Amino acid sequence: MNGRPRIGVYICHCGVNIAHTVDVQEVTDFAAGLPDVAVARNYSYMCSDPGQALITEDIKELGLNRVVVASCSPRMHELTFRKALAGAGLNPYYLEMANIREQCSWVHEDRSIATSKAKKLVASAISKSRMLEALEVKEVDVEPAALIIGAGISGIQTALDIADAGFKVYLVEKSPTVGGHMAQLDKTFPTLDCSACILTPKMVDVGNHPNIELYTYSQVEEISGYVGNFDVKVRRKSRYVDMAKCTGCGDCAEACRMAGRISNEFDEGMGMRGAIYLPFPQAVPAKYTIDKEKCLFLSKGKCGESPKCAEACQPGAVNFDIEDEIIEFKVGTIVVASGFDVFDATLKPEYGYGVYDNVVTALEFERLVSASGPTGGKITMLERGKKKKKKKEGEEEVPPRMPESITFIQCVGSRDKSVGNEYCSRVCCMYTAKQAHLAKDKIPGVDVSVFYMDVRAFGKGFEEFYDRVRREGVNYIRGNPSEIFKRGDKLVVKAEDTLTATPLEHETDMVVLAVGLTPRSDRREIIDMLKLSQSPDLFYLEAHPKLRPVDTATDGIYLAGCCQAPKDIPDAVAQAKGAASAAMIPMASGKVKVEAQTSIVNEAACRGCGFCVEICPFSAIELVEVNQMGWMREVARVNEALCKGCGACAAGCLSGAIQQRSFKDTQILPQIIVLGVNE
Amino acid sequence: MTEDKAKATVTTDFEPNIVAFLCNWCSYAGADLAGTSRIQYPANVKVIRVMCSGRVNPLFVMNALQQGADGVLVSGCHPGDCHYMHGNYYARRRFTLMRDFLEYLGVEPERFRASWVSASEGSKWKEVIEEVVEGVKSVGPMDQFKRRQLNW
Repeated sequence: MNGRPRIGVYICHCGVNIAHTVDVQEVTDFAAGLPDVAVARNYSYMCSDPGQALITEDIKELGLNRVVVASCSPRMHELTFRKALAGAGLNPYYLEMANIREQCSWVHEDRSIATSKAKKLVASAISKSRMLEALEVKEVDVEPAALIIGAGISGIQTALDIADAGFKVYLVEKSPTVGGHMAQLDKTFPTLDCSACILTPKMVDVGNHPNIELYTYSQVEEISGYVGNFDVKVRRKSRYVDMAKCTGCGDCAEACRMAGRISNEFDEGMGMRGAIYLPFPQAVPAKYTIDKEKCLFLSKGKCGESPKCAEACQPGAVNFDIEDEIIEFKVGTIVVASGFDVFDATLKPEYGYGVYDNVVTALEFERLVSASGPTGGKITMLERGKKKKKKKEGEEEVPPRMPESITFIQCVGSRDKSVGNEYCSRVCCMYTAKQAHLAKDKIPGVDVSVFYMDVRAFGKGFEEFYDRVRREGVNYIRGNPSEIFKRGDKLVVKAEDTLTATPLEHETDMVVLAVGLTPRSDRREIIDMLKLSQSPDLFYLEAHPKLRPVDTATDGIYLAGCCQAPKDIPDAVAQAKGAASAAMIPMASGKVKVEAQTSIVNEAACRGCGFCVEICPFSAIELVEVNQMGWMREVARVNEALCKGCGACAAGCLSGAIQQRSFKDTQILPQIIVLGVNE
Repeated sequence: MTEDKAKATVTTDFEPNIVAFLCNWCSYAGADLAGTSRIQYPANVKVIRVMCSGRVNPLFVMNALQQGADGVLVSGCHPGDCHYMHGNYYARRRFTLMRDFLEYLGVEPERFRASWVSASEGSKWKEVIEEVVEGVKSVGPMDQFKRRQLNW
């Protein structure tokens, strides 16, 4: 597009959102008087079809070659208007937007101040639009494979959906088995389905699926590239057990000298395991793992005469020479489903967790209730940290007694500014109701009380379930306990019943803390690798809180499950399915458009110092030899497929030879000139 | 706003003109969030959007001051959160030097501010704006190296 710029300026009322505080007619008249402006109009909703038609018709009839839209943020509708330009046959990069809604009409009340700021912003956009250039959008092929980080219920569901659609899936899980937190649960609210019964078939599926490459006990180490072409490096930690030979018989675990002496993470430290172990019977893959830190042979270099596990293993799978393996592959899209941590109850010292044996977290209680748990599903009083006395000959073991009363405390670590968690964890109200029901179910005549702030029973069937539990005789007391202490052999919960304004001291045998969900403590590893953002609650930030809940700001990277925010199983599965479908879009279409606003080198001005090569975070620039009028010289050259368009090179170039398209010095300086003037 | 105005008339009538360079991914989005949340702040700051704070050439700051801006703000993602890996580290290094250089030239340090505002920090954006405006107000109009102006 050559010749003088012919600029069309379109000012949006956005209903009253803009027009209420900005005099749009005044801004239109002002814009119409600026040089090169061929037409300036205002309209109630520029983003609507008739609004866009205004632009396309003007382009055709008035021969516009630049378009300025003053409306909402370009982050909102830049793409909409670019499409409108393209529809009228104009290069979409001849568009410039002025943000007079989010950064003007919504943040200022004074009409004259807002109007004069809007004029400035429009003038700034017009000044830049004059210097805009047509850009070409390139397409690249998409690798038809996806990486899923984390194999809890969200990661499993995402992996299954993508694999069922026929794409390759690499599912990477840190721990030795898939399943995540859901595998630890006994029953699930509000239907009381057995968690393992609904989860294990899916776990087996990901283990067997022909399209899924499952890497457990593995960690993603490095990710580079861009949507469609990510290069991934995964460290497969050594289990010191040959996966091909291990039959999962468990002879090794029985033989291990450390057997029954190491607390089992799966049982929240309440059960015991050996140094070679299977986290739980249904683990996928059903292969044993040697805990490097706890294994005598690996940590101390000596395990009796020889390691007993190796002796016990008939197929000869135990092999202490196996080393970590680095696996490299290419994927087109990535789904992060790394999950959550449970709130650390010791951060609320007033509740005495870690001090009193029978103050337990809800996840510990879950393991106590579970038939696969350390007590075989019996809720019993706990004696922690004490070594079991050796049974004397003929002495009968006294079974630990069951609690006569259990008290639940809600919102531990949620909705609590004192620990920095302002958010609601969304699952505690309902899992408490479920656990209260299970307690009633398992211990006849048990007295169950729940201290709560508000009960949030918002999901399908939740209110009905809460109602049922209350009718079963669970005593709900509205109040946030201030302290738990011991009196005799009873625990005392000190609180105020805020409905009757009565201070009370509630005696009980066992206290269950309804701990909230927190962002993972190791979340930085993924943030650093993928450049994700965090929301104020420190969970990963989605691209838009309402309309793009599974996307991230980076193309080709999606979120599923509790790494984005606390959610229950149905919501996690729904988001996982959403993330799967989002991740499949570029893979199914086979091509993605790459950044057009890349950097470009003016080779005549480039002096080949290589400064930009050093700066580029993506190694997209290299020095090449060119023949310039008979002289061989080195100049910088940009690999456009790798360039992400940050412009750091342009700011660093000493001779102004490298420039970022759409953000060239010649395009930014006019804006500075316009905005710098103070009338 | 009315309160701010009242304060302004007590101290000074001077309304500074401030040019801000915001990165697209964090600070620009944070400023958008301030708008979506209807957080009110002074209108003195006008924004130029760049993709990364690493794109902001220190000469842009000099240019803005020459053109008549009374102050300049550069804002990007928090260190470690840059959408382009480490563009904001470049910005940080450049503007640490820039700040010393401006001081050497006799430009009051209040006129230049670099800050980190994330996409979720709408209220922090308001605080930054208020601090910058307050700071520039305290040092008055910038006319040390003003050029002949093209008035729009």
